[in-house]
Amino acid sequence: MINGFRITKPGILLLIGLFFITIIIAPYIAPFDPTDVKMGDRLKPISLEHFFGTDHLGRDVFSRILAGAQTTVGTSFLVLAISLLIGVPIGLVSGFVGGRLDRFLMRFVDAFMAFPDYIVAIILSGLLGPGIFNLVFAIVMVKWIGYARLARSTVLTEKQRDYILIAKVNGVGPMNILRRHMIPHVLGNVMVLATLDAGKIILMIASLSYIGLGAQPPIPEWGAMLNEAKAFFYNAPHLMLIPGLSIMVIVLIFNLVGDYLRDHYDVKNQNGGK
Amino acid sequence: MRIVEQEVLVAKNVTKQYSSGQKAVDQVSFVIKKDECLGLVGESGSGKSTLARCVLALEKVDQGEIWFKEKPLHLANKEDLRYIRREVQAVFQNPAAALNPKLKIIDSLMEPLDFQKNIQPSFLKGIRHQREKAAEQLLEMVELPSKYLSCYPHELSGGQKQRVTIARAISIEPALIILDEPTASLDVSVQAKIMNLLKDLQQYLGVSYLFISHDLAAVNFMSDRIMVMKQGKIVDEFSKYDLFSLKREPYTKELLHVFEG
Repeated sequence: MINGFRITKPGILLLIGLFFITIIIAPYIAPFDPTDVKMGDRLKPISLEHFFGTDHLGRDVFSRILAGAQTTVGTSFLVLAISLLIGVPIGLVSGFVGGRLDRFLMRFVDAFMAFPDYIVAIILSGLLGPGIFNLVFAIVMVKWIGYARLARSTVLTEKQRDYILIAKVNGVGPMNILRRHMIPHVLGNVMVLATLDAGKIILMIASLSYIGLGAQPPIPEWGAMLNEAKAFFYNAPHLMLIPGLSIMVIVLIFNLVGDYLRDHYDVKNQNGGK
Repeated sequence: MRIVEQEVLVAKNVTKQYSSGQKAVDQVSFVIKKDECLGLVGESGSGKSTLARCVLALEKVDQGEIWFKEKPLHLANKEDLRYIRREVQAVFQNPAAALNPKLKIIDSLMEPLDFQKNIQPSFLKGIRHQREKAAEQLLEMVELPSKYLSCYPHELSGGQKQRVTIARAISIEPALIILDEPTASLDVSVQAKIMNLLKDLQQYLGVSYLFISHDLAAVNFMSDRIMVMKQGKIVDEFSKYDLFSLKREPYTKELLHVFEG
């Protein structure tokens, strides 16, 4: 299923399937309420009752990890969706219309590009104050640029293709050329970038939550869990190891899927493209 | 400007400059008559393809006039453009690039008919609006089995793909087809078959061709009249029977030498 560092199609389907099933049924399979405080049960080690032990407030870590998956992954999907909705249309229009509008939009994008992702996100969420929605806003402001640039560059290369010229000869109007010939190519490339980005966004959400800018207690979120657990690292190292490993595994899954999609689209281009 | 009944396209002193100021097409004049194949031969970079794009109204000319029947293409007014989109078609050099890799053959093939609903080609009588049947008929005209309709371009060979683009070009029964190096990217054995197909279709449909190639042999095989282009200018023009005449320009003789040698 995993062939060297490449992953095969059944492997991908299995991974994606398992992953989404876990995320969706997470609240139903959680043995405890993830926010239920039981001071009598605090800092319990890993056992059959508490698979991953309990934290400093006696909450079941296994239940919190499951609930946190929804917070972390849900938030990252929200960030992705908004970034796509803002970035892709701007890039499409910019590349397709060209001229002055294109130059204006691209200078705007360049201004954002001048600063590293994390710096902009930290500054923005710092200014707006902690909280999940401010965090989403801050990361979207960083992420939409990549999609705008990718959509624009795809449109610019597609514009030169013979089949676009032929479509004009065939009497297809500009809106239909966009819909029929441009958007499918743009979306193909964008989906690959989005999957590869999902891992990075999860890391970003977790990092910003870890430094206290994202999800606030008692919302279960993996980065915030790491933050809360660091005071108890010597007594209960599993409190940090388990959210850390969860982040690692999920980022790995998204990167594998992204790599697979990228290879998949490359092969198709070799056969079908110029 | 008066247009004689028999003339499909008239170009007069057409000049196209690139932003560098260099003239890709320089004061070119020619006439394409009804049912005729006009050959255009020249080395790569001589401005052949730019001229083709001007005739297709994909590029605006800087100077000169291009008349298609009674319509002035050089003015590029919307109404006239819509008219030539149903009368002028094109086949390009690289069939892989001329077919969208993400579309099925039937969707690429039917693009002109799908987007210009009111065209009624005579050879699609009765099946014009039965999409599948019309597509099958078109493939039959270029000698391809209908099983390819549901394939994607990468499943077809180069010659098969070029047959599809030819079927697409004839689908709206145009008056003029621009053939820009239609065989240059194909194997030699396939080249001959495609050229024979193009000739047969021309007889059957009564369409005019502008056949563009760097290959004098191919141009001579296809065309009734031949123009020779060099550095954006037409340097020689003659009937195919006068190709070996002593009166030919030195540059034509040079090309002929390559062709014979």
